[in-house]
Amino acid sequence: MIAEIGAFAAALALALSLAQGVFGLAASRRDSRAEATAAIAQAAAVLCVLAFICLIALFVRSDFSVAPVAANSHIDKPLIYKIAGAWGNHEGSMLLWCLVSAVFGGVLASTRGSQSLGLWSRAVGVQGLVTAGALIYTLFLSNPFARLDPAPMQGSGLNPLLQDPALAAHPPLLYLGYVGLSVPFSLALAALLEGKADQAWAKALRPWTLLAWTCLTLGIGLGSYWAYYELGWGGWWFWDPVENASFMPWLVACALVHSAIVTERRGSLASWTILLAILGFGLALLGTFLVRSGVLTSVHSFAVDPQRGIAVLVLLAIAMGAGFGLYAWRAPKLAQPSGFAAISRESMLVWNNFGLAVAAGVVLIGTLYPLLVEALGGGLISVGPPFFNMTVAPLLAALFLVLPFGPMLTWRVGDMRQALLRLAPAAALAVLTLIIALVTTHWRAAPAIGLALGVWLIAGGLIYLWTRIRRGEGAALAKVAMLPLAVWSMSIAHIGAGVLTLGAVAETAFRAEQAVALSPGEGVAFAGRRITMIEIGEREGPNYSATRANFRVDSANGSRTIGAERRFYPTSPMPTTEVGILSSLDGDIYIALGEAVRDGAGAWTVRLYHNPLVHLIFIGVSMMGVGGLLSFVALTRRRRATL
Amino acid sequence: MSLTALLFAMVAPAVLADPAQEARAQSLEREIRCVQCENEPIAQSTADIAADMRALVRERVAAGDSDSEIRAFFRQRYGDFVLFRPPWDARTWALWGAPFLLLAGGLAGVLAVRRRREGEDADTVPEEGER
Repeated sequence: MIAEIGAFAAALALALSLAQGVFGLAASRRDSRAEATAAIAQAAAVLCVLAFICLIALFVRSDFSVAPVAANSHIDKPLIYKIAGAWGNHEGSMLLWCLVSAVFGGVLASTRGSQSLGLWSRAVGVQGLVTAGALIYTLFLSNPFARLDPAPMQGSGLNPLLQDPALAAHPPLLYLGYVGLSVPFSLALAALLEGKADQAWAKALRPWTLLAWTCLTLGIGLGSYWAYYELGWGGWWFWDPVENASFMPWLVACALVHSAIVTERRGSLASWTILLAILGFGLALLGTFLVRSGVLTSVHSFAVDPQRGIAVLVLLAIAMGAGFGLYAWRAPKLAQPSGFAAISRESMLVWNNFGLAVAAGVVLIGTLYPLLVEALGGGLISVGPPFFNMTVAPLLAALFLVLPFGPMLTWRVGDMRQALLRLAPAAALAVLTLIIALVTTHWRAAPAIGLALGVWLIAGGLIYLWTRIRRGEGAALAKVAMLPLAVWSMSIAHIGAGVLTLGAVAETAFRAEQAVALSPGEGVAFAGRRITMIEIGEREGPNYSATRANFRVDSANGSRTIGAERRFYPTSPMPTTEVGILSSLDGDIYIALGEAVRDGAGAWTVRLYHNPLVHLIFIGVSMMGVGGLLSFVALTRRRRATL
Repeated sequence: MSLTALLFAMVAPAVLADPAQEARAQSLEREIRCVQCENEPIAQSTADIAADMRALVRERVAAGDSDSEIRAFFRQRYGDFVLFRPPWDARTWALWGAPFLLLAGGLAGVLAVRRRREGEDADTVPEEGER
C-alpha cells in the first residue's frame, strides 16, 4: 500500500509539474496565473516529499516486495543504512533528484523578491519542466515503487562499501548541488525569454548558485574523504570519470558564483553569466549520464544500464537544445555591458572565469576523449591523472597567482600599486616558501611552486581580512565584530583554497608507501617511525565478520596503537578494508591489512602509507564549504533586509 | 600462480634497495592501469594480475630500464589502454592540443570583452556587505 501511495504521489507531482511549466511560461501577463503557478509548484513539492517519505518507509520496513528494496536492502542492516539505502541505489537516487528539483521549484515560487512578475513566473515554469522531465524518467524508466511477485524472503544487501556515514550523506549533498544548478538554469532561460538580465535578476541568481556550489563542494569533499579512508589505498582524487563528472559542474558553478557578482554589482557580463548557468546544468546532467550509463569505466559505477543512459542523454539533449537555442536567438539582444579597466575588480573576476572555464573545458575533453577515439575506430586509450595533472594544475596555479589581487582591487578602476604594496608580505612569505622547498627537495620545482601558491593564498586572504578590519571604526574588537559576513565568507573560502592546495601538493609530492609481510611481534621501520604488528584475530560485527590486526606505531612523540580490518559481508563476494589511520600534525600513518601469506608462518601482507599534511585537504575543502554557506546566509539575509 | 605472484610482488621485492628506484617504481605503478579492474592503477588494485604487473615494473626498474622504456614495454604487451598517460600520436594530437586551443579561445574572449569598454561613469561601487 505504501508503495502505491508513493507511486501515486509521484505521478500526481508529474501532472502538477507539467501544469507548473505551462502556467508558469504563460503567466507573464496575468497575476492570477502567477499565483496559481506558485500554488501548483508548492503542491508538487509536497507530493514529491510524500513520495520520498513512502520510499524511506519501505526501506525501513524492509518490504522486499518492492524491487529496489529487495535489490539493495537486508533485514540485518543497521537502521541508518536502511534509511540511507533509499537513496543509495539508482531508482531511489532518481526520486531524490525529483524531490530536490520539486522542492527548489516550490522555494523559487515562494520567493519572488524584487524580480519582475514575468521573469519570476517563467523561471518557475522552466523549473517545473525540469522536474517533470526527471519525474517522467523516474516513473517510466526507473520506478522505485515497482513490485516483485513473488517477493523474496531476504534482500541482497547494500554494497558494503557504501555502508558508511560519509557515504550516507554524500549522494544527497551531491544531488543538492547538481539539481541546485537547475535553478540558475531556469533563471537563465527565463531571462532569455524575457530578453532582460538585469541586476535584480543576478541578485536572485546568486544565492541559488552559491547553494549549489557549496553543496557540490561539501559533497565532493565527503566523497573524496570516503575514498581516502575506505578504498584502502590512501587516494583522495584519481581523475576518475565519475570524479571528473562532479568536478566539471563544480568548476563552472565556481565561475558562475563569481561572474554573477559582476552582473549584480555592475550589470555587465550578463550574457556570459547566462551561458555559464546553462552550461553548469548541462554538465550536471552530463555527469548523471556518465555515471548512470556506464559508457566510461570507473571504480564508482554502481548502477549501470545503457537504456537508462540513453534516456538521460535525451533529457540532456532537450535541456541543452532549448538552452543553447534560446541563447543563440536571444542573447545578442541583451543589453551590452558597460566597460571596465584592465586593473579592476571586474577584470580580476573575468580572469577567474577564464581560468575556471578553460579548466572545465580541459577536464571535459580529457574525460570524453577516450570515447571519441574509440568511436572513430582508434582503439582503446586511457586519459588519466598524468594528463590532468599536467594540464589542469598549471591552469589552477595561474588562477591562484592572481586570486589575492581580486579582493584588493576596487570596482571599475583599481590601484595595482597599492594592491602590490599591501600584498608584499604575502609575496615575501611565498617566495621564502618557494626557496626553502626548492632547497629541501633538491630542486623539485612543481611541489615547491604548489606550496608557495598555497602560502600566497593563505597570507593574501589574511592580509585582506586585516585591511578590511583596519578600515572599520571604533575599538579593535568592535572593528572585528562589524566586519560584514560577506567579507568573512569570501576570505574563509579563499584561505580554504590555499589550505587545500598545501595539503594536495604535500600529499601528492611527498607521500611514501611500502608493502611488507608482517607476523605478530614483527616490526618494520617506516617514515621515521617503527610499526609493529601486535596481534591479529577474528571479530564479529553486526552484519559482517572481520579479521582485525592491531599495530603499535612508535615515534619520537611516543607510542600509539591502531587497528586495521578486512571485513567480509555475507551478501558481498569482495572483502572490504577498514584502514587504520593515525593522524598527527604532520600527516597520517595509514595502514591497510592485506591477505595472509601462504607458508609465511602466520605473516600477513600489510600496506603502509605516510600521507603528509593530508588532513589539510579536507580542512581546506570544509573551509571552502563553510565560506560558501556563510556567503549564502549573508545573501539571503540581505535579501530579507531589502524586501 | 597467483599466490606465488602475490608473494613475489608484495613481499619479496616490495622495496627496491635504491630509494630513487623505489620512488620511480611507485610512481610508475600509479600510472599503469590494471587490465582487469575498473579504472584502477596497479598500485591500488588487489587483483592478482595487478600484483604480477607490479612485479614486472620492479623487475624492469631493477634491470635499469628508463621510465619511457618501461612504459613502451607495457604498451607493447597490453596495448595503449594500459597507460594512464595517453601516447603522443595522430589520435591524441587533438587531446594534447585542446588545452592550448581553449587557452587561446579564452584569451580572445577576454580581449573581446575588454575591447567593448566604453564611457566611464563616475559612481563608485560599494563593497560586498556594504549598502
